[in-house]
Amino acid sequence: MAVKSKSREQRVERRKQKAESGKFPAFLLPPSVGLSSAPRPSFLKATLAIVKKDLVAEFRSFELISAMLVFSLLIIIIFNFALELDIKTRQTVTAGVLWTTFAFAGTLGLNRSMAVEKDRGCMDGLLLAPVDRSVIYFGKAISNLAFMLIVEAIVLPVYAILYNEVRIFELSFIGVILLGSIGYIAVGTLLSAMSVQTRTRDVLLPILLFPIAIPVLLASVKASGGLLAGLEFSEIVTPLNILIVYDVIFIAVAFMVFDFVVEE
Amino acid sequence: MIEVKKLVKRFGVKTILRGLDFSVKPGEFVALLGPNGSGKTTFLRILASLSKPSLGDVKVAGYHLPKQASQVRAKLGVVSHLPLLYPDLTAEENLQFYARMYGIVDYRSRINEVLDMVGLENRRKDLVRTFSRGMQQRLTIGRAVIHDPEVMLFDEPYTGLDQDASEMLDEVLRSVAAKGRTVVMTSHDLSRAENLATRFDILSRGVITASATQKQLKKTNLLDFYKQALAE
Amino acid sequence: MQSKPIALTILDIVSIIALVIATYLALVFAPTELVMGEVQRVFYFHVGTAWVALLGFILASLAGVTYLITKNMAWDRFEVAAVEVSTLFFFITICLGSIWARPAWNTWWTWDVRLTTAAITELIFIAYFMLRQGIEDPEKRARFGAVYTLLGGISAPITFMVIRLFRTIHPVVIGNPSAAQEGGFSMTPDMRTAFFFALFAFTVIFIDLIWHRLRLANLEDKVEQLKLKVSM
Repeated sequence: MAVKSKSREQRVERRKQKAESGKFPAFLLPPSVGLSSAPRPSFLKATLAIVKKDLVAEFRSFELISAMLVFSLLIIIIFNFALELDIKTRQTVTAGVLWTTFAFAGTLGLNRSMAVEKDRGCMDGLLLAPVDRSVIYFGKAISNLAFMLIVEAIVLPVYAILYNEVRIFELSFIGVILLGSIGYIAVGTLLSAMSVQTRTRDVLLPILLFPIAIPVLLASVKASGGLLAGLEFSEIVTPLNILIVYDVIFIAVAFMVFDFVVEE
Repeated sequence: MIEVKKLVKRFGVKTILRGLDFSVKPGEFVALLGPNGSGKTTFLRILASLSKPSLGDVKVAGYHLPKQASQVRAKLGVVSHLPLLYPDLTAEENLQFYARMYGIVDYRSRINEVLDMVGLENRRKDLVRTFSRGMQQRLTIGRAVIHDPEVMLFDEPYTGLDQDASEMLDEVLRSVAAKGRTVVMTSHDLSRAENLATRFDILSRGVITASATQKQLKKTNLLDFYKQALAE
Repeated sequence: MQSKPIALTILDIVSIIALVIATYLALVFAPTELVMGEVQRVFYFHVGTAWVALLGFILASLAGVTYLITKNMAWDRFEVAAVEVSTLFFFITICLGSIWARPAWNTWWTWDVRLTTAAITELIFIAYFMLRQGIEDPEKRARFGAVYTLLGGISAPITFMVIRLFRTIHPVVIGNPSAAQEGGFSMTPDMRTAFFFALFAFTVIFIDLIWHRLRLANLEDKVEQLKLKVSM
């Protein structure tokens, strides 16, 4: 027993040291452990600061959301004629059309959101702040997710009105959209942080992202397609599970490797 | 305040810094001079914890890099030629954002103070995209001192500024950024550096080749010293 | 200039002999399969190349993780070698699979789980090379490459699982009695010999190619260093 408690103390001590050097999120430490250095923001507050900054800037210019939105609507129009979206076709392809739209519009937003940081050296500004690197990842990921959800929240009703597809408003469908978007943004944010640092950054993101994001896109299509076809919730459990597993794994991996993507 | 021993930085097979030794006492203002490609910016990025040393020992404000990077960052202010500001936010919002990233609790009064110091009090509600280059650079300095750092790093702060703006920046650098702080600055502009710094180090081919304080320089001017150091 | 190691030369010769024997076993020694006929002989090389391609993919992901932990460039070189060789073998696998699929399934391509996963993996590899091409700094290139192979290594198995949700028509050849109607078959002892020898032969070839690629990378590195020395 004594040995065990000693090892726990040692562990906490080691984590405290790690936290002071920014390698371990301080909020995971027991509250009794005080860090010795200068005041530093909590993980959550710093993350929210980034989100707030992104949202305020975006709601002022609407650069990113408007681009994503117009692009999405254009894609749907093209699909409408390319696939002849009559009632019969729609039953089978709606989910595919929607997710293709979101995936394409998503890369547009991801690219832009990271380029804003890179272009004026703001990424350095973020990296200079005395916060864990993963704060930057989560901050950007949450902003990107917010942009994506806003676009989806406009595109989906428009689609529903255009094609009289009321199942879109069901709660389980919205849940699938949310899970799919989370997974897509989780890896997209990580990869966009990589692609903006390359010479070919304008074209590279979709090429990097799509093959990695295929599981999340396929599972989302399968789950939302099932719901639109009127399947019971129990029949889409498998793709839903895959979505959840993908989300968890890729958020964890991105959290672990983001350091390697931004350091020099 | 800054202690660098045998610093080596490699990019692949290219060695940028080759066993550089460097130290700065508290309160010193060191101008780091040298030709393009001598490794000034790389060196400053290492001091700023943005880049990791390949070999060697780097200590800033009593903390080791890169192990204690987070503590170093809390005591470090950086002004580079890039503004590091968000154009779609106002001056005030930019400062608010950075204040929160540095965990400053009572940031309202600190922001007022900083805006006042850099003379942008009446432009606080304006978007940064409407600012002139010189105003942006002043706000950049405000951003860099928001957490009252002990060490300041300036990386070519005059890049892209005209004569008037440079002079104004001089004033702000002296009175706001450098006051009571330890400063390392890189610059191409020898005459500006001469006015500001208390010590001049020449960086060439990845090592410091010469160093002179302002007093030692009294007899010769900086340009001669610089040319001589590079010729050696 | 280091000369080619003798062991590597021996391995070269062994690879060629193994390939010749494997070809003989597959094309002449193994009995003709009753239902599908001669085209079934493609199967031995198809599985052989698929096996080493998969091996290379897994090794590359592991090398990537090891690189991120140790920061030793040797792992990066191994990762590139593994990905390159793996890309080649996956391509051969897909081609051979198509040749077999034409008479067996009456189509060059189907969206079967293994086929699709192989194709997607191939795309991940291509993206990997494009990513590396866009980065100048070798150290950053190594880091990003490692992160990307890691992501690919996690994503590919999930892709496989997801596509499996759709019905597959790819035969599960080994240990599946009901596979016959989907194009599967049970192996006679002679077929087994050819099959396992093909696996062995391609493993030897795989090691040989990786070795060559590593040697090439080391030489490239040396050339780079010599160039730098000359220019100094």
